[in-house]
Amino acid sequence: MRILLMGNPNVGKSAFFSRITGTKVIASNYPGTTVGFTKGHMMLGVEEAEVIDVPGTYTLEPTSKAEKVASQMLPDGDLIINILDATNLERNLYLTMELLERETPVIVALNMWDDTKHRGIDIDTAKLEEHLGVPVVPTVAVTGEGIKELANRIPEAASPRMPERTRDERWATVGSIINEVQTITHHHHTWLDHLQDTSIKPLTGLPIAALVLAASFFVIRFIGENLIGYVMEPLFEKLWVPLMMRLSDLLGSGGFWHDVLIGKLFDGEIDSFQSMGVLTTGLFIPLGAVLPYILAFYLILGLLEDVGYLPRLAVLLDNLMHRLGLHGYAIIPTMLGLGCAVPAILATRILESRRERLIAATLISIAIPCAAAQAMIFGLVGERGAQYVVMVYGTLFVVWLLLGFILNRTVRGFSPELLIEIPPYRLPSWRALLTKLWMRVYGFLKEALPIIILAIFAVSILYTLGVFDAIADFTAPVVSGVFGLPKEAVVAIVVGFLRKDVAIGLLAPLSLTAGQLVIGCVVLTMFFPCVAAFVVLARELGFKGLLTAIGVMLVATLAVGGLLNLVL
Amino acid sequence: MDEPKRITVRQMRAGQSGEVVQVLGGPGLVNRLNSLGIRPGKRITKVSSVFMRGPVTIQIDRAHVAIGYGMSNRILVEVT
Repeated sequence: MRILLMGNPNVGKSAFFSRITGTKVIASNYPGTTVGFTKGHMMLGVEEAEVIDVPGTYTLEPTSKAEKVASQMLPDGDLIINILDATNLERNLYLTMELLERETPVIVALNMWDDTKHRGIDIDTAKLEEHLGVPVVPTVAVTGEGIKELANRIPEAASPRMPERTRDERWATVGSIINEVQTITHHHHTWLDHLQDTSIKPLTGLPIAALVLAASFFVIRFIGENLIGYVMEPLFEKLWVPLMMRLSDLLGSGGFWHDVLIGKLFDGEIDSFQSMGVLTTGLFIPLGAVLPYILAFYLILGLLEDVGYLPRLAVLLDNLMHRLGLHGYAIIPTMLGLGCAVPAILATRILESRRERLIAATLISIAIPCAAAQAMIFGLVGERGAQYVVMVYGTLFVVWLLLGFILNRTVRGFSPELLIEIPPYRLPSWRALLTKLWMRVYGFLKEALPIIILAIFAVSILYTLGVFDAIADFTAPVVSGVFGLPKEAVVAIVVGFLRKDVAIGLLAPLSLTAGQLVIGCVVLTMFFPCVAAFVVLARELGFKGLLTAIGVMLVATLAVGGLLNLVL
Repeated sequence: MDEPKRITVRQMRAGQSGEVVQVLGGPGLVNRLNSLGIRPGKRITKVSSVFMRGPVTIQIDRAHVAIGYGMSNRILVEVT
């Protein structure tokens, strides 16, 4: 049995999902053309049922690629739990009307039920049930209220097979139902309502946005740095490294296997950043240097998402994003890109036109450093002084703006306008927040760990075979001539195709000047997407789009790297 | 009481309410606005707008919706 959770965006579907499925959740692998969805299981009596969290949609006549997925998934379900925002009954019932015209049995959850009381909304659920012909259960997903009752009533789910109607007829039906079941009394503005208004009006909203972004940055930095400084580094230095030193002695401090597993020794010691052994740097980069930042970043991003702040940012930045050929909503994939390019490029599907998706995906893969790369930039460049970190970020930001301007002028097609619902601020469900955080962190470990180890393995093999020397000599004119980096830096550039974090780590042993390090980090970020991002980029943009993106990438990297070399 | 007059959402003042009378646009635009509940006969209130051709935020029932500048010029409302 397969149960679909369907409803408008921002009705608390994810919180509902994590309530009903418990913690055993798997993130699906974005198969084919679907936008990511989550799958879990629940017990129905003795039977185990599969539960799918379908992307939010307002209607079954899809108006965007993400909505298309929702209507395509419909025939695969045996039962639909239609989740409604009880404080917005009228609009939410439109989708319900469409669902009731189909053959799949439906049960309705009136979510956010607790909000209706202080908003002065009174809904007669018994009467609503009568009108719809399917069970209606009030729920509060954040606290879990009503979830059990809903699960108990799942067997009553029905399909009234209403006759197919036109849009106006559906609204008319919705209107007459609303008149009978809902009474509204006046309610006063709460402080949350006021905060909502102040954060969307530009005069107050823009300073608030600057504050929120700055605060996010510092909190992420604070959590990441302290986790590394007080937990991960001591763990590696005190426990793991001594163990590895003994293994190093056992292997005779040299030889092929020593180089692969332990890597190079510096003054007879292992250097977690520079040794480049599978068991030393190969574990330290993902777990010691990057994981703390991944955790911190996704915690803050999840909070901003679940509180409902991101759509406000989209409205405030809409102006700016239009200059880049995008609209405000594109800020959401862009923010995701600060975590990882893969979900970010996939999230460009929320944009309607091909042109927008091409521009957004290209900008993300060139100018937005992922969390793994950023963690390494903080680690390596931060050592030399904060001003150099600012230089890396400043350069990338200017590149993002300039490239956007240029792409906006040159890429053909049209960019539609912003049209989004701005959800009210809500206290997030910690359960849903932690589930999401866990899925994202687990995703990083699952996807990145093997590739990082593979990358480190490849580096030691290729070093041993002397392949890098040949490449280094061949590419010296560009690497040294244009970027002003030692020719050995080409190793990092090549490895950048596998993993950006490992690549930036490879700059560590080259004894670069601070300026060269800045150039190195910028070039590595821009030059080529890592293999995971490359695959999604190819799938999302098609062959021609991919070629365009790569062409832009190469030209931009050469120009920016060369310019930086002249300036620094 | 003032005579009802027809203006676009863009022309409304912040805090002003009106009834949607028409969406000037193709079926695509009409469909997208419709799915968000913005359709003739519906009462909306303008919340704010961003300067320099920025989007307009309106309230419809208890939902806030942000509408791009161009679109906001194509939604006609009747205000009194």
